[in-house]
Amino acid sequence: MANSTLTKQRAEARRSTVALKSAMAVTGLILVLFLIAHMYGNLNVFAGQEAFDDYSHHLRELGEPMLPHGGFLWIMRIVLLASVLIHIGSAVALTRRAGKARPVRYRTRKPVQQTYASRTMRWGGVIIALYVVFHILHLTTNTIAPGGASDSPYERLVRGFQPENFWVTAIYILAVLLVGLHLRHGIWSAAATLGLNREGRRRAINTVAIIVAAVITVGFLLPPFSVLFGLVG
Amino acid sequence: MNITLRVWRQKGRDDAGRMVTYKVEDVNPDMSFLEMLDVLNEKLTLQGEDPVAFDHDCREGICGACGVVINGVAHGPENTTTCQLHMRSFKDGDEITIEPWRAKAFPVVKDLVVDRGSFDRVIQAGGFISAPTGTAPDAHATPVPKADADRAFDAATCIGCGACVAACPNASGMLFTAAKITHLGSVPQGQPERDARVINMINQHDAEDFGGCTNIGECAAVCPKGIPLDTISQLNRDLLGALASSKSE
Repeated sequence: MANSTLTKQRAEARRSTVALKSAMAVTGLILVLFLIAHMYGNLNVFAGQEAFDDYSHHLRELGEPMLPHGGFLWIMRIVLLASVLIHIGSAVALTRRAGKARPVRYRTRKPVQQTYASRTMRWGGVIIALYVVFHILHLTTNTIAPGGASDSPYERLVRGFQPENFWVTAIYILAVLLVGLHLRHGIWSAAATLGLNREGRRRAINTVAIIVAAVITVGFLLPPFSVLFGLVG
Repeated sequence: MNITLRVWRQKGRDDAGRMVTYKVEDVNPDMSFLEMLDVLNEKLTLQGEDPVAFDHDCREGICGACGVVINGVAHGPENTTTCQLHMRSFKDGDEITIEPWRAKAFPVVKDLVVDRGSFDRVIQAGGFISAPTGTAPDAHATPVPKADADRAFDAATCIGCGACVAACPNASGMLFTAAKITHLGSVPQGQPERDARVINMINQHDAEDFGGCTNIGECAAVCPKGIPLDTISQLNRDLLGALASSKSE
């Protein structure tokens, strides 16, 4: 084959469905790592107000004096924002493609073995994205401040999840459960997309996906439930 | 057995198509699904109606010509080709829905017959090895480890029926493409063109308007030849490797 033809084909393959999926897989895994770090931070709530607020404060000092105050946090925010945009952009492109790939629907459709999690990836992802916006407005910028605004991240959390603001907790629980489902299929799918699925490994990858998804779900649900039942605050 | 069929009827490529209900009486449980359709077609022909068009050839489960979606599952309730499905898999009085493979890449020609030329073009893009002609080489001239030969053979059993595309929620042709990538990539003869093959075949796959893979696994679950889902991971690995390497052929 002539070099120029393959070079052209290679450039085209960099925009292929497999390339888009790989971009989703890599950015998704970055976001999973962030979620694990975020969950660890949240669990500091059980060490009391001082420890929790200190943790939040130290995040801004991380890397000093090599980095300016808040520098590490901004690097992380930029990486996360880029990951989210690439992840959503690829998802939109692939979803539109999938819609066009089957213009006439089946009148009768019976799933054979697909998981519930795999069916909720698209709409679940949209709801999670909307939730993230609400979540930042609530606990980061404190623009939405159920129970009253505060400079203390600990107080924002405790006030937000009080029983009288149950709607906040309900939305939070729904979002976390959707994240759990998203990760259950997403981690498996990312691993398979990046070529890790080999003969006899499907079960092992799925087990890891279920465990990570379950740990993250429970880890994120502990703080709001503890506040709701008065164990924290 | 008495069966009620709801069959997709479509006069041609541009017809909108619709479901039509037929009754088939005195069905023998040992008939194959296609023989049951033959009985229906004889009846329709005698009544002066247009028989239901469906693809079939060997009726032995090895050619890949037949294939319809039966009650929402590609090739129906048994994990085999439609021709190897028997009416004993159904009950007397059952209502059975029959639809063609539905994908943009598989346009309906008539009724249950679809054009699977897109599969041929994916193979033409790279699903082959370039070998000099001449005397056949000795069988042991190029040693192949048993495990590799087995994997190549398992992947090579794909009959191109298209059930993977029909079952995929995204109408992706990834399992079909991956089977050929795995088949040729597992043996020494496939190595020289390995990078170019995966690049060209993926580009053709996408150009044929198949959807992307989301690793849901419905394809492998309905595959009558049991092509494993991990072949898709092999394809991804090969493509990412080929894109990362700067080697040109």
